[in-house]
Amino acid sequence: MKKMMSAALAAAMLGLPAHADVKIGFVTTLTTPAAVIGNDMKNAVDLAMEHLGGMAGSTKLEVIYGDDQFAPEAGKQATDKLVQQDNVDFVAGYIWSHVLLASRKSVLDADKILISANAGPSQMAGQLCDKNFFSTSWQNDQTPMAMGEVLNRQGVKSLYIMAPNYAAGKDMTAGVERTFKGEIKGKDLTKWGADAQLDFSAELAKAKASGAEGIFVFYPGAAGGAFIKQYDQAGLKDTLPLYSVFTVDALSLPKLQAAGFKAVLGSKTTQEWDPTLDNEANKKFVTDFKAKFGTYPSYYAAQSYDAIMLIASAVEKVGGDVSNKDAVRAALKEADFASVRGKFKFGTNNMPIEDFYLREVVEDADGTWTTKVVETVYTDHVDAYAAECKMN
Amino acid sequence: MDTTLLIIQVLNGLQLGLLLFLVASGLTLVFGILDFVNLAHGSLYMLGAFICASLTYALGNFLLAVLVALPLTGLIGWLTERVIARTLYVRDHLDQVLATFGLILVFDTMAHIIWGPQGIAVPLPDWLTGQVSLGGDLLVPTFRLLIIGAGLAAAGGLFWLVNYTRLGMLIRAGASNRTMVGALGIDIQLLFSLVFALGAMLAGLAGMLIAPITEASIGMGNSIIITAFVVIIVGGIGSIKGAFIAALLIGLIDTLGRAFLDDLFSLFMSSAAAENSAPALSAMLIYLIMALVLALKPQGLFPPKVR
Repeated sequence: MKKMMSAALAAAMLGLPAHADVKIGFVTTLTTPAAVIGNDMKNAVDLAMEHLGGMAGSTKLEVIYGDDQFAPEAGKQATDKLVQQDNVDFVAGYIWSHVLLASRKSVLDADKILISANAGPSQMAGQLCDKNFFSTSWQNDQTPMAMGEVLNRQGVKSLYIMAPNYAAGKDMTAGVERTFKGEIKGKDLTKWGADAQLDFSAELAKAKASGAEGIFVFYPGAAGGAFIKQYDQAGLKDTLPLYSVFTVDALSLPKLQAAGFKAVLGSKTTQEWDPTLDNEANKKFVTDFKAKFGTYPSYYAAQSYDAIMLIASAVEKVGGDVSNKDAVRAALKEADFASVRGKFKFGTNNMPIEDFYLREVVEDADGTWTTKVVETVYTDHVDAYAAECKMN
Repeated sequence: MDTTLLIIQVLNGLQLGLLLFLVASGLTLVFGILDFVNLAHGSLYMLGAFICASLTYALGNFLLAVLVALPLTGLIGWLTERVIARTLYVRDHLDQVLATFGLILVFDTMAHIIWGPQGIAVPLPDWLTGQVSLGGDLLVPTFRLLIIGAGLAAAGGLFWLVNYTRLGMLIRAGASNRTMVGALGIDIQLLFSLVFALGAMLAGLAGMLIAPITEASIGMGNSIIITAFVVIIVGGIGSIKGAFIAALLIGLIDTLGRAFLDDLFSLFMSSAAAENSAPALSAMLIYLIMALVLALKPQGLFPPKVR
């Protein structure tokens, strides 16, 4: 005790920086089958911390993880714990829109900074936007809007839509319906959550009978792999081509490859990021991620990596003094960091303004299934809810 | 309505119902004979899937893996009975619920440690990945037919075992009055272990059959166990026949609800309203059925004769 006091005294006399470490809470899913996503995000955060050497300028960063258990109420609890007990300065993460919507008030009411590394519910880009809320991902509608655009370009006349029945599922279907000009032959919203429906036999039979020219799906996480397998087993590849968002990713592809589900090769998906994007930050990120964890990073990982880099850039800009919120917000808004997307800027509602690409599932040089960019669908795309945002 | 689509959906419902029966039959036996509430029954379903998945990669053949995984799952069930369940028989149901809930967490964490969080996809042999034509444009995935076949075979085997063998006679007697069975000099402990292991094998088989469709994943048992409880409550606790009929009923109602409810709703409401309300109602449908059965026949549709 005496020693510590004299050490503290010595530090005070020497005039060392008085700022404490900056703490980042990171909420994601670490249990339930969806933990596979949370794990990937956690890996990316750990990699970002390693690249930063655990420091933002001369300020030490500390990450504390919270588990949302794939449920809004548990996510809110984890967030409350981070905000009240750990007294973190930033809360980042959030895979799920319904979890983010349930947790947002806990962070914002405490005047902390909230950064989504994935979920992009329409409400929070529009009417519920907040000066303390930033996103390093997208607004939910944007990726399916890009897919709708692709469908128009490819001359697809009619579509069947399937998505899980929760906040993001509804945004996704709204997104594709906004841009797709053809006919919607049918739509199924399936049960979601810890006891999500994973057997889609009834819906696939309906989709096939509908006579649609293509099927659009949104099934993130384990449900995506399950959907692809059943789509393959039902033999729909030729009659009902698959157009998906957030379904085929670096998490499902290794499993699908191990089990030999070839139907997924060549399938198309839209995304704001791809492991093949040609910029320094991305090359370093993808190479080191693969070296460290043995798999391609997913977009969840890329967005999480960007979230930590964004926070670090802001902390460094304000010299570690995160008590001045106006300065922190201004520094965040500048987004002065090397994003794995190549470029990064925020719109008026603090959502990114970014490009969207069409990606195709291919085999890489080592024989591993991954994605590559086919074309750019949108350049500097602004989400559809920005106009509804009255920043307070 | 399109007949082809209707037939396919009925087959889909049948498949779901048979899988539910495999899980529910073990649950109803254990609950009915051992008077033991086993929430962790779903964990055996999960372990069956994981063990089968690992063996499929090790042996290179799915069917072989199922044959090896079945006795292994039975063994795990047997051990669970000997080590954990046995000490809980004298406790009341609430204690059993608490203990077996804990057991779920233990099994889930164990699976997490052994197999990792990501889940395992199970490859099928080529002849099982295609579709079978049942005349006209009636195409059904081969593997789903196999599930129906395996489910019916398991149900038939169980029916034979329970109704025409000495073991089955003891099981039925145990379900009716286990004190009396014990008084007649039957080794009731052994009977209990066998019933538990049998239940574990049936649940494990269901897990093995669903794994190639979805995947082996942590917590997969927790969603089916709730539906399985609905099945045994509707069917009458302790009744195999009740579990069979209720499982098919629930499977069909759930599938047909998901398939046709939105079309039905759009007949008398706007299509946007139908789109929103149909999924909500179809998710509730089986619970509504359970509430209805509980209100009209609180013992279930086919309660065992003497309780």
